Amino acid sequence: MAESYVEHKASHPALQHHFENLEQQHEAGTLGMWVFLVTEIMFFGGMFLAYTLYRSKFPEAFAIASNHLDIKLGAINTAVLIFSSFTMAMAVYSTQVGKRRAQIISLVLTIVLGLAFLGIKAVEYYQKYEDHLIPGSLMPGNPFNPDPQAMHLTPGVLMQHVQMFYWIYFAMTGMHALHMIIGVGLLSVLLYFSVKGRYSPEYHNPVEVIGLYWHFVDIVWIFLFPLLYLLGRHTGGH
Amino acid sequence: MSEHIVPVKVYVSIFLALMVGTAVTVLAAFQNFPGALNVIVAMTIAVVKATLVVLYFMHVRYSARLIWVIVASALFWMAILFALTFSDYWTREWL
Repeated sequence: MAESYVEHKASHPALQHHFENLEQQHEAGTLGMWVFLVTEIMFFGGMFLAYTLYRSKFPEAFAIASNHLDIKLGAINTAVLIFSSFTMAMAVYSTQVGKRRAQIISLVLTIVLGLAFLGIKAVEYYQKYEDHLIPGSLMPGNPFNPDPQAMHLTPGVLMQHVQMFYWIYFAMTGMHALHMIIGVGLLSVLLYFSVKGRYSPEYHNPVEVIGLYWHFVDIVWIFLFPLLYLLGRHTGGH
Repeated sequence: MSEHIVPVKVYVSIFLALMVGTAVTVLAAFQNFPGALNVIVAMTIAVVKATLVVLYFMHVRYSARLIWVIVASALFWMAILFALTFSDYWTREWL
């Protein structure tokens, strides 16, 4: 690395005084986000554990409950989220090579795709509300009370075990959706500063770090989709 | 450590691989495989997809060793969480 490059970076307005240079600042930021993501992995890990445990206890009830989820909307949302991860990666790339127009377009696309995911999720939640599948009495005046025939409930399977699936479904997809909402908020802040021209090839760490968060949320969904939507299809889902 | 810029071609390839993986996992879910094979196939595809995202979209393949240690620590603690919990549930049926 040339000496002049180091000096140039040392004088960058985005450099915080407690860092030697932008490279060190960059590595510290990336490392900090990864440590945060480890805590996030453990947070979602607890819910994945609960899922695994109850699925192993009530396999038939979980298959029946899962088969009632909308596989088309779930698959479309998976594609939407993967596409948004791609546009996020392109936002980081455009910032690294200094293409501001592409950077702004990528960020806008990522936000739009994130909102599309949340919209589709809202449609799914509403369907569950109409089918009285919101667990417990979370919905005032509309407690968990699905039609056993519509659920294709087989003899010997308890509705309360089906309800257990929906507790886990709403807890996990709800926490995931909350992370998406926070992600869209972070991306909006990025977009604001991006339009103002704050990010450059020398200083692109905020874009990269929020990208890491966004990809993490994508990974959670990559596991949620098969575990929640696909688990009972081979037993004759409808 | 100088920064590595991942070429667009790599991002596009990973994106296509993730889309194909999603299609395969949906198709595989409707096949009635023997025993626990359905869940094994689904989880294998999910792990492959997640690994691609971590290595390329999240740049871990090109990151410092310290990042690798952090990522590995997360998997290690997850393994403890699952192993200790299920060693309990599987060996004490009366619970």
